[in-house]
Amino acid sequence: MPEGRRRVIVTEDGPILVYGPVDVEMPDGTRVPSDRAVTALCACGRSGRRPFCDTSHRRRVRGEERKEYDP
Amino acid sequence: MTTTLPKAPTLPAPRGPISENVLSVLRGERPEPPAVDDSPPYGDDLQLALYCCYELHYRGFEGVDPGLEWDPALLAIRAELERVFLGALRDDVPAGTDVEGELDALLVEHLDAFGLSHHLRRRGEMWQLREYVAHRSLYHLKEADPQTFVIPRLDGTPKAALVTVQHDEYGAGDPEQVHSRLFAEMMTELGLSATYGAYLDSAPAEMLAEVNFMSLCGLHRGLRGALIGQFATVEITSSPGSDRLVQAMRRLGCGPAAIRFYAEHVEADAVHEQLIRRGVITPLLSAEPELAADIVFGVRSSTFLAGRLEERLLHCWNRGESSFRHAVEAGRV
Repeated sequence: MPEGRRRVIVTEDGPILVYGPVDVEMPDGTRVPSDRAVTALCACGRSGRRPFCDTSHRRRVRGEERKEYDP
Repeated sequence: MTTTLPKAPTLPAPRGPISENVLSVLRGERPEPPAVDDSPPYGDDLQLALYCCYELHYRGFEGVDPGLEWDPALLAIRAELERVFLGALRDDVPAGTDVEGELDALLVEHLDAFGLSHHLRRRGEMWQLREYVAHRSLYHLKEADPQTFVIPRLDGTPKAALVTVQHDEYGAGDPEQVHSRLFAEMMTELGLSATYGAYLDSAPAEMLAEVNFMSLCGLHRGLRGALIGQFATVEITSSPGSDRLVQAMRRLGCGPAAIRFYAEHVEADAVHEQLIRRGVITPLLSAEPELAADIVFGVRSSTFLAGRLEERLLHCWNRGESSFRHAVEAGRV
């Protein structure tokens, strides 16, 4: 990858993955830093920790779908 | 900043003839090898014996010759213990090769599930939270170490992605951010001992079995697929589980150093899940499709063993009893 270009991965149903430390600017102008090698940005709008993903995009079910090998 | 390892843990108390045999080897004696076949595969005796064998690959024990790590007699005992443990797991978890289906199932949140983190969030008591953290310290004070053993057994994209995850686990260059250190700080804030190995004697066999499974898969190149399956299972299920523990700690009025560990894991593991699935598993399977069965085995075994620990702890707590072995009061106020 050429110097200075960041890799950004748009996942199908999850977060947007940004490589490298980033400062995320929020709508009110505040900057939220992330020093991770890869940062997962919420793309579904449901995260309780925006701008970061907290896996709230996952499918939620009640009872009926149990894994058959559950002990 | 300390740059040397703290003192190695002291040897634990035996839990039966096999662990007594292994402990005597560690003390420098040369007993006849123990008979292992009749010992319950997930029981205290066998799991403690195996745990002690594996600990030689991490920090070792105080006063124990480091050379015993590669002692042929001890390795022969370890191989027997592994045969029994692995054989039981192969019997107890159904085989499969559908890795994607397996991971998809883990990605579904069951709203009415009732696991340990659900219990702690809804109505867990402080002493139960502290017991949970004390048990988990057997892994988290060496967090990420068992999985690091797999690095030289990978190549290319899977290796790079796994190391990206491990880099984060080890604090991304900042010793104050190392996850095992965050865990130790949480223990201190909860009034627990953060000394490595302090809760080995009080930990139930089910906890030892979880850590042993990681060490087993990490130390055997032939089980690298299972190690990846184990790692994926933890990274996928950790984020929502950690969020429930954050809620539990807030409800119980825990301090910031306690909350920080699980709060960090909500965000970190949301990233790690993506890296493991996209960066490790997908390219690994396209290069080595024959690993599918072992990855599924790793997922199912770690889910099975986590279920056993969960059952044990909830069984004790529902009766108002401590889950510490012999109700050892390891720091409980």
